[in-house]
Amino acid sequence: MKILVTVKEVADVDDEFEIDGLGIDDRYVTYDLNEWDDYAVEAAVQIQEAGEDVEVVAVTIGDTDTEDTIRQALAKGADRAVRVWDDALAAAGLLDPETKARLIAAVAAEEDPDLVLTGVQSADDGFGATGVTLAEHLGFEWAAVVNDLDLDREAGVAHVHRELEGGVEELTDVELPAVLTIQTGINEPRYASLRGIRQAQSKELAEYTLADLGLTAADIESPLEQTDLYEPESEGDATVFEGSAEETASELAGLLREKGVGS
Amino acid sequence: MTVLTVAEHRRGELRDVSLELLTAGRELADATGGELHTAVVGGDVEAFAERLDREGVDAIHTVDEGEEFNHDVYTQVVHQLADAVDADLLVVPNSVNGLDYAPAVASRLDWPLVTDVVDLSYDDELTATRELYGSKVETTIDVHADRAAVTVRPAEWPAAEGTGDATVDAFDADVDESAVRSTVTGFEEVGGGEVDITDADVLVSVGRGIEEEENLNLIFDLAEALDATVSASRPLIDNGWLAKDRQVGQSGKVVTPDVYIAIGISGAVQHVAGMKGSDTIVAINTDPNAPIFDIADYGIQDDLFEVVPALIEEFQ
Ligand SMILES: Cc1cc2nc3c(=O)[nH]c(=O)nc-3n(C[C@H](O)[C@H](O)[C@H](O)COP(=O)(O)OP(=O)(O)OC[C@H]3O[C@@H](n4cnc5c(N)ncnc54)[C@H](O)[C@@H]3O)c2cc1C
Repeated sequence: MKILVTVKEVADVDDEFEIDGLGIDDRYVTYDLNEWDDYAVEAAVQIQEAGEDVEVVAVTIGDTDTEDTIRQALAKGADRAVRVWDDALAAAGLLDPETKARLIAAVAAEEDPDLVLTGVQSADDGFGATGVTLAEHLGFEWAAVVNDLDLDREAGVAHVHRELEGGVEELTDVELPAVLTIQTGINEPRYASLRGIRQAQSKELAEYTLADLGLTAADIESPLEQTDLYEPESEGDATVFEGSAEETASELAGLLREKGVGS
Repeated sequence: MTVLTVAEHRRGELRDVSLELLTAGRELADATGGELHTAVVGGDVEAFAERLDREGVDAIHTVDEGEEFNHDVYTQVVHQLADAVDADLLVVPNSVNGLDYAPAVASRLDWPLVTDVVDLSYDDELTATRELYGSKVETTIDVHADRAAVTVRPAEWPAAEGTGDATVDAFDADVDESAVRSTVTGFEEVGGGEVDITDADVLVSVGRGIEEEENLNLIFDLAEALDATVSASRPLIDNGWLAKDRQVGQSGKVVTPDVYIAIGISGAVQHVAGMKGSDTIVAINTDPNAPIFDIADYGIQDDLFEVVPALIEEFQ
């Protein structure tokens, strides 16, 4: 059985930052593996460890700088990785879920996976739609926001819990092949071991351009155009206590006592 | 243009967001001189239709297919209905279920999709506003297409009010059962547990800013000094540091204490959904841009490891 797991390097913005055009000035950004994808990788690796003959392939869309991040997936146990990048992608505007799904679907067409695991959303742009869009492209069944997964390979069914709002979970049986979008908390993502990190260096990391995938620049044209990026005006009217920690704590204590707290 | 919204319900209850979509949809229909249609799929569709008949709704389409949500059914039905009413804009809740079918419908219709939209406007073309990087910045997206789909963030638009005089018709969808390849077998209520955070008058709520599990002692000490209960944001539950019954938010509990003290919590939308109804909100966070300050009544923009010990001191 083959599992494709999608991973993305995401930007984390510092407390103080500046906007540069339609993005955040790179000086105020650190990059890391998307939190949700970390759980998806762990879910894939756990299936691999529990069963026989399971191959885990990580796939990402990103330039060469993202290689360190995708190697994290290899260090945690993915067997090999695929990175899609192209000058046309570097020049493209918004990479919306439809565009990303098209690219990953082209990879999936080569790989022919039985199961695709994605994160529920990416921490930076939070579209939360790539997984389901991908399923539609592949003609796979799917489930969004999965926080419990029990795979019955023989029956070709994934028994999942979907985490709905308000502390309610939906129990669903999903026929394979399927795309599942993985929610945080479904497992405990491992830290990569030193051995894992070393091994990751020699694992295969293939690079595909659009042409390698049989796509052209026209396939990544999106009708969505990002036109502005700005800091929202604070809607708040919070009273902010100023001063040293002792001073602010004392003011807060006064307020709390007024409200009858702690007395 | 013709706007089609799709209501959401679960276990017999119409969800509030269904009425909010009507407000968002009406605004766009007005901006373009078009009609507002709404659809409800499955469950007690007649009763739901009555509740959806608010001012400004032109047509309600009921689709009597199943009791509960199934994305394969919804995808087929909404796709067919969008064609049948010749919709230009599809508006779906940005909920866990909305995100389980809207991307599939949009893809099938070959319409662009913008998710988690917090504002919409129309001036020759649709412009959607959404947030990035955990609500630190906002972005506008122009939709260069005649037709599009959006998912709308709950609680951003007010619920539509009044009584309408919409036409109600039963839409006869053609659902291909062989394409229904997932089956909902039940629901599970999570939680229970020993602590009832919904019952507390004062909540000391802790987030990822606490950094290490050992540091939680500090929070419990504060709670003891204040005679308060400890609650938390999701990452602390995901890490296994605290039990699920202490989680505040969209997928945890909705709390409305007299005082809610958010310590090292950024104020992500899914967290805020669970605590914005608190009487007084206090935030302690090093990041002056953290969205929690947008809803806080009082704030301290400082290191929790300095402020919390000083606060404990105050109460000893
Ligand atoms: C479908 C779905 C459902 C979800 N449901 C929930 C839910 O029910 N509840 C929930 O909470 N989240 C939920 N989330 C997750 C949510 O999106 C956020 O990831 C989460 O709320 C972030 O938690 P946090 O604020 O503790 O962490 P972060 O966002 O990492 O924020 C930590 C904060 O601590 C501050 N900080 C750091 N160090 C210090 C210090 N020394 N002193 C003071 N401040 C400091 C930082 O400035 C930062 O603002 C859900 C997500 C999804 C996709």
